[in-house]
Amino acid sequence: MQADPDAPLSELAARAGLQPGTASRRLEKLSRQGILRGQRAEINWPALGYALEVSLRFTLDKTHSNAFDAFLAAARDIPEVIAIQTFLGRVDVRLSVVARDMADYQRLYRNRILTLPHISELEALMHVATIKSSETLPI
Amino acid sequence: MTPLDDLDRQLLRALQADAAQSAGALGRALGLSQPATWRRIKRLREADVLAGKRVDLDAEKLGFGVTVFLGVKLATKGRVSLEDFERAVTAIPEVQTVQHVLGLYDYRLRVVARDLSDFERVLRRRIMTLPGVGDVEANVLLSEERLPGPI
Repeated sequence: MQADPDAPLSELAARAGLQPGTASRRLEKLSRQGILRGQRAEINWPALGYALEVSLRFTLDKTHSNAFDAFLAAARDIPEVIAIQTFLGRVDVRLSVVARDMADYQRLYRNRILTLPHISELEALMHVATIKSSETLPI
Repeated sequence: MTPLDDLDRQLLRALQADAAQSAGALGRALGLSQPATWRRIKRLREADVLAGKRVDLDAEKLGFGVTVFLGVKLATKGRVSLEDFERAVTAIPEVQTVQHVLGLYDYRLRVVARDLSDFERVLRRRIMTLPGVGDVEANVLLSEERLPGPI
């Protein structure tokens, strides 16, 4: 199912060597247990005109006790942010942002990103290509 | 580029949240008939806006307690081809995503492991032995949220 989420239940069952009824009951059980949380559609941003994807890595000024909460709340308000991750390590927070082109990215960077609260350091990684993005678990 | 109307946007947002919904259920929520909803989904799929579905699993419940992002710099650019590195790194089952990036690092990897000692094993035996690998920076993922984005 991880490898081919679009496959119909009958096909998933056949591949696992199960009857469709059994497969369906097992999937229901995995859902009840909270292991299978659901399915989400992936948006192909370049097809909507968002040609650039940039990883912005932030180190926050932790002398402010609410630095994380204030930063995250402000980041959630930026429409171009498609993911927010927090880390233990040199980087505190990473934002994935999409932009239409360099001019759009520059506008976003100046008006929305640099104005986020409690930034101590910031570096950007521009995505060139995605080589693998299965995000499947090796189970 | 594909122009979207408000219904397309609502449809995309609904599918981002839950792609297992039937066209009928989606249509009812948006005030569209089932065939009209289905036609819109088909059009978005054909325009390659809907890139496919992803199964959302609770990694922790499946025994994968640690997700680490690695920034990898190649030490010997030019000598070892990028293809060699890419072929070897994508073959590692614990490596979920590989992105070629421009900036401080050459590649960004998302790695899952059962726990920190399992991660150490993957790092030492699989990552550090990759052809051409240089500086590696690791950041352990604490939380992650996906947002709908500019639609």
